[in-house]
Amino acid sequence: MKKTLAVAAVALATVAFGGAAEARDQIRMAGSSTVYPFATAVAEQFGKAGKFKTPVVESTGTGGGFKLFCAGIGPDHTDISNASRAIKSSEFEQCVKNGVTDVVEVKIGYDGIVLANSKKSKQMTVSRKQIFQALAKEVPVDGKLVANPYQTWNQIDPSLPSSKIEVLGPPPTSGTRDAFIELVMETAAEEFPELKAMKKDDAKAFKKAYSSIREDGAYVEAGENDNLIIQKLDANPDAFGIFGYSFLDQNSDKVQGSVVEGNSPTFENIAAGKYPVSRPLFFYVKKAHVGTIPGIKEYVAEFTSDKAWGKTGYLADKGLIPMSDAERKEWAEKANGLATLQK
Amino acid sequence: MTEMVEKSVARTATDTAAARLKRRYAAERRFKAYGIVAIALALGFLATLLITVFSNGATAFVQTEMRLDVTFDASEMGLGDDRSPDALAGANYLAVVKNAIYARFPEVEGRSARRELAAMLSNGADITLRDLVQDDPSVIGTTRPVWMIASDDVDMAIKGHIPRTPGTDGARLSDQQLGWLEALEQSGAVELKFNTLLFTTGDSREPELAGLWGAIVGSFFSLSITLMVCFPLGVATAVYLEEFAPKNRWTDLIEVNINNLAAVPSVVFGLLGLAIFLNFFGMPRSAPLVGGLVLALISLPTIIIAGRAALKAVPPSIREAAMGLGASRLQVVTDHVLPLAMPGILTGTILGMAHALGETAPLLMIGMVAFIVDIPGSPFDPAAVLPVQVYLWADSPERAFVERTSAAIIVLLFFLAAMNLAAILLRKKFERRW
Repeated sequence: MKKTLAVAAVALATVAFGGAAEARDQIRMAGSSTVYPFATAVAEQFGKAGKFKTPVVESTGTGGGFKLFCAGIGPDHTDISNASRAIKSSEFEQCVKNGVTDVVEVKIGYDGIVLANSKKSKQMTVSRKQIFQALAKEVPVDGKLVANPYQTWNQIDPSLPSSKIEVLGPPPTSGTRDAFIELVMETAAEEFPELKAMKKDDAKAFKKAYSSIREDGAYVEAGENDNLIIQKLDANPDAFGIFGYSFLDQNSDKVQGSVVEGNSPTFENIAAGKYPVSRPLFFYVKKAHVGTIPGIKEYVAEFTSDKAWGKTGYLADKGLIPMSDAERKEWAEKANGLATLQK
Repeated sequence: MTEMVEKSVARTATDTAAARLKRRYAAERRFKAYGIVAIALALGFLATLLITVFSNGATAFVQTEMRLDVTFDASEMGLGDDRSPDALAGANYLAVVKNAIYARFPEVEGRSARRELAAMLSNGADITLRDLVQDDPSVIGTTRPVWMIASDDVDMAIKGHIPRTPGTDGARLSDQQLGWLEALEQSGAVELKFNTLLFTTGDSREPELAGLWGAIVGSFFSLSITLMVCFPLGVATAVYLEEFAPKNRWTDLIEVNINNLAAVPSVVFGLLGLAIFLNFFGMPRSAPLVGGLVLALISLPTIIIAGRAALKAVPPSIREAAMGLGASRLQVVTDHVLPLAMPGILTGTILGMAHALGETAPLLMIGMVAFIVDIPGSPFDPAAVLPVQVYLWADSPERAFVERTSAAIIVLLFFLAAMNLAAILLRKKFERRW
């Protein structure tokens, strides 16, 4: 019996190495967990048409996706990278260094980040400045930066609820956290004269000031699982959570989004650019793989078709906030013409 | 006087002894109580876990279906007179589905209202029709009632997971849709049926179409590879170390290292797999082959340790008797010791496999945590495994994935229980006592 096992193992090993050398006939992509629900929906539709195999989509986070994407050209590397932010110049340099010079950027739509609480409590109306005061590690008080003294919301502003500040949000590894810091904390920090002066004098210290979230228990890192945050909000009506719009959309019987600077996080407000905390989503295509890996062009065409990313397309059902007609037309042309990124 | 003193000393001596005895009994009772509390606590946690999982997941094993009169019109399906398998596979079943529901509510007009009406059926409802026609092409041209899958929102509303009162927040169905649903229900055209898709399809972004079969096949391929690699290696290592190896500093060092390896966090093995199997040997990403090899590294120490324990339990008299009759050391091992130790080794192997079945962390590194729709046909195709499917579904925003996550956990627990049961049965059947 042992002999047959040994023979089987050797046979297996041979097939394995033989198989790896062959070209791939299936698109592979990796990247942001925010784009994952949309990329997978398109991948499934694309596979259902029956002409190509259904692409494999990994959810690695935006940074992890670019790391795989920029590692080189060839069937061992991913063809498409999903991203919840634009590619950084450092990442692009890494790409170029490994021979990935022609990259096609495709913007697919927007995602809103919401501050939400249980429907058992009242909806909150806040400004980004107030969110900063609630969550920053150090806040300016009487012209000086001090450790965050606020324990309840109404200590910041009497119009806010009297409950304890307790916010469940994503950990530092998450793209949602990066976007939240950029869209809320950075913008809000500039509204304080003390911090604005600091930005001029010491940009590094300024960055540290707005990107440090308090660690005294008021902000709870709840992991990457947004369903868990919603369950916790449901159980604790005083707590708030930070997560993507699609989760608010799916759970609107349990949670409500706070009104930020006069605009509530609704589909219409985010699409119109009125809701301030929203960010664009992208995917990036490796041009060198178009033609060698079958179906890339067709996948891009499926993604940029109106039945997918249009106003009433299936991605809108999944929670993607579509771009305006003009913007969609412009990006679809660029994407299908495989216009490469210039940096 | 002296007598009295003696008496009192004697009394105090027995008194202190009795008091001490009482204290010792009390201590014993307390200790027993701690033990019972600990067990009760553990059982309580287990019960809570099982109750939540089963109460959340039970409804996922049924799926709302709707009965509609479907007219299989050849021209509507774009078929003409062609009945070849290719033509049947590529026909437009979606149009037939839409016509069926439009015909049920002929009063509904206007593009957006009809869109809402069609949205009550799943995107995959056409697959039911395709299977029907492919099985029996003679249905073309006829009209017959067909049960079709409802969309996930309808399913959730029927199961009571989202509110059904018109106008409330979070009712994901519009008032119109709720009205149609009511009408269908009253005519007996809405029923909960066993969710076969859950056990026959791969992953999907539509909860009502998502299935576990891809993950089950992926787990099967991975564990087969794991077994093929780690069983022969583990047994050979255990036999050599226990029966042949000299006892010196080197073998001691190896033993210590094997015991340490059993305690290494599994994600470290994932990194090792990424570095060696993917980057150095260039094996395919996301493949059960690599997953199986990584899992084999994780369960190898368990199997070696269990194997050595089983070999140690074989009494020396067996070895001595065989040697006394002139058997060589190899014959002693292969003919006598190993067969006697086999039940113990197999039990250890199954427990190691059960451990491997539940791992996700190492698979993250080698790309097995991915959206994979196609059912893998071999260990080289991309595949997910059961715990990965649980993880991916738990992270999906659609409400209907909440119950499906629990259903996937139930299926995973079922396989784990089956493997553990197999281990117990093997031990009971073949165990020998000396």
